[in-house]
Amino acid sequence: MNKITNRQVICDTLLEAAKTDRDIVVVCSDSRGSASLSAFAEAFPEQFVEMGIAEQNLVTVSAGLASCGKKVFAASPACFLSTRSYEQAKVDVAYSKTNVTLIGISGGVSYGALGMTHHSCQDIAAFAALPDMRVYLPSDRFQTAKLTKALLRDSLPAYVRVSRSATEDVYGENMEFTLNKANVLMEGDDILLVACGEMVPGAYRAGKILQERGYSVGLLDMYCVKPMDQETLLSAAGRAKLVVTVEEHSPFGGLGSITAQVISAHCPRKVVNLALPDGHLVGGKNTEIFAHYGLDAEGIVRACQEAFEQ
Amino acid sequence: MDELTRKAYRLRRDIIEEVYRSSAGHVGGDLSVIDILTVLYFRVMAVSPDNWDSPDRDRFFLSKGHCADALYMVLGEKGFFDKQEAIETFSAYGSRFIGHPNTEVPGIEMNSGSLGHGLALGVGTALAAKMDGRDYRTYVVLGDGEMAEGSNYEAMMAAAHYHLDNLCAVVDLNRLQISGATKEVMCSDELGEKFTSFGWNVIPVEDGNDCGQLLEAFEQAASVKGHPSVLIAYTVKGRGVSFMENQKSWHHGVMTKEQYETAVRELEEVCSE
Repeated sequence: MNKITNRQVICDTLLEAAKTDRDIVVVCSDSRGSASLSAFAEAFPEQFVEMGIAEQNLVTVSAGLASCGKKVFAASPACFLSTRSYEQAKVDVAYSKTNVTLIGISGGVSYGALGMTHHSCQDIAAFAALPDMRVYLPSDRFQTAKLTKALLRDSLPAYVRVSRSATEDVYGENMEFTLNKANVLMEGDDILLVACGEMVPGAYRAGKILQERGYSVGLLDMYCVKPMDQETLLSAAGRAKLVVTVEEHSPFGGLGSITAQVISAHCPRKVVNLALPDGHLVGGKNTEIFAHYGLDAEGIVRACQEAFEQ
Repeated sequence: MDELTRKAYRLRRDIIEEVYRSSAGHVGGDLSVIDILTVLYFRVMAVSPDNWDSPDRDRFFLSKGHCADALYMVLGEKGFFDKQEAIETFSAYGSRFIGHPNTEVPGIEMNSGSLGHGLALGVGTALAAKMDGRDYRTYVVLGDGEMAEGSNYEAMMAAAHYHLDNLCAVVDLNRLQISGATKEVMCSDELGEKFTSFGWNVIPVEDGNDCGQLLEAFEQAASVKGHPSVLIAYTVKGRGVSFMENQKSWHHGVMTKEQYETAVRELEEVCSE
């Protein structure tokens, strides 16, 4: 099992890039440790800004820095970044189109046992609704590294959500990566699974189990929730009888909603959305919460079979 | 009358034209802040259409963005665009001269209008100047009603923490906001002491509509090292138009034809002195 977290990969990628780029700036809100960015702060203190526990200031100051040519990566727990500083993200990052990448660390139910205050199950919906804001949920460490490198090369606003814990490997070092293109992990004609972020490894295992049980299964890693890769989605959904989306998010406004919106407009067919419920979530480790709500491989298999046989 | 004051009064005349034609805008605040903007753009700041692309230009943020009407007149006068276009199309369908500063308008650094953002933007640009070893300065104009926004205090903390002596804020303290007296809407006493306790250098400007006093205060701010500075500028809402002065109803009031003519007459009398 891989032990390297996606947040660590972001730090490593930024450390490497900062060796030759003095305009890369990392901004934290007392979150350098939890974001695994302490090494960056130590290696490049002149390119690191501590804002204290002040997420609104974190985002607007980042936008000010970006307006002067800085390539800013602002990291804070996704729960606060996507709510406390939402207006700052809307106005100073998205509306002003500043070169700020918002890194939502410990996303979804990473802080499972800490309760709803520390969950971020609305961040996709919130950020996707902002004009000019892109939303990325990379799955494994290899994809996270490629995504971070790609975001270093452009100058547009983005939100990236990563988990607190390490995610199982889905890819290898030489994976194919094109910004805003979904990765096709399986191809099939019965069920198309569409997943993002930490849900991808579980969806992959579920796909394998379903294949063993005789289903023809496709799987898309839709790490680019916005802009969604409609071409790849429609190509895969067009040949499937059932589409099942899997996300660590509320049932409203996330991957499932956007996927269903695209499919219903262009190739209508049944779309089942597997997500966290619209309510107070059970406490526990993230893996326990996933299992509780049927977002682990077994739960995904069960839901797919039920929906397919209906 | 000195040249700068005359310019500020001519700009008041432009503002009256702009807001009367559009039946929009925030004329009371425009008239309280216009002297601050005039002094900044025509005496203090190194920013113009000629150096707009230079990374060394001074930075300006109108945090009380609802007074964009006044800023547009100043930027037009400065040559960033045809001022007449702004006067004729302000707030009109399809116009780039909308009710809050936006980057479609030449001379605007960042979009603003939601209160409580400008100071933190200024912290960002002032930090960037320090990182890059550049000498440009950042100026942010806030409203006194706006000081109820908590985000200002996060930015105040950070500015002092990072010793941003290249950052200068101005509070256009006209004592009125949309619902009434600022001190009655939300306690706004001792604003200077609040900034002082956060580690800022505070410069009170007894008459914030006096260009000479403002100029002196900005010069003083630029000489302070190690701390950000703030000018607490005691202004009069609606300053220059008798029936608007110190009246909360003119926060965003719309003039009748008769009121417009009175305002024009009063301002032109001052301009011709």
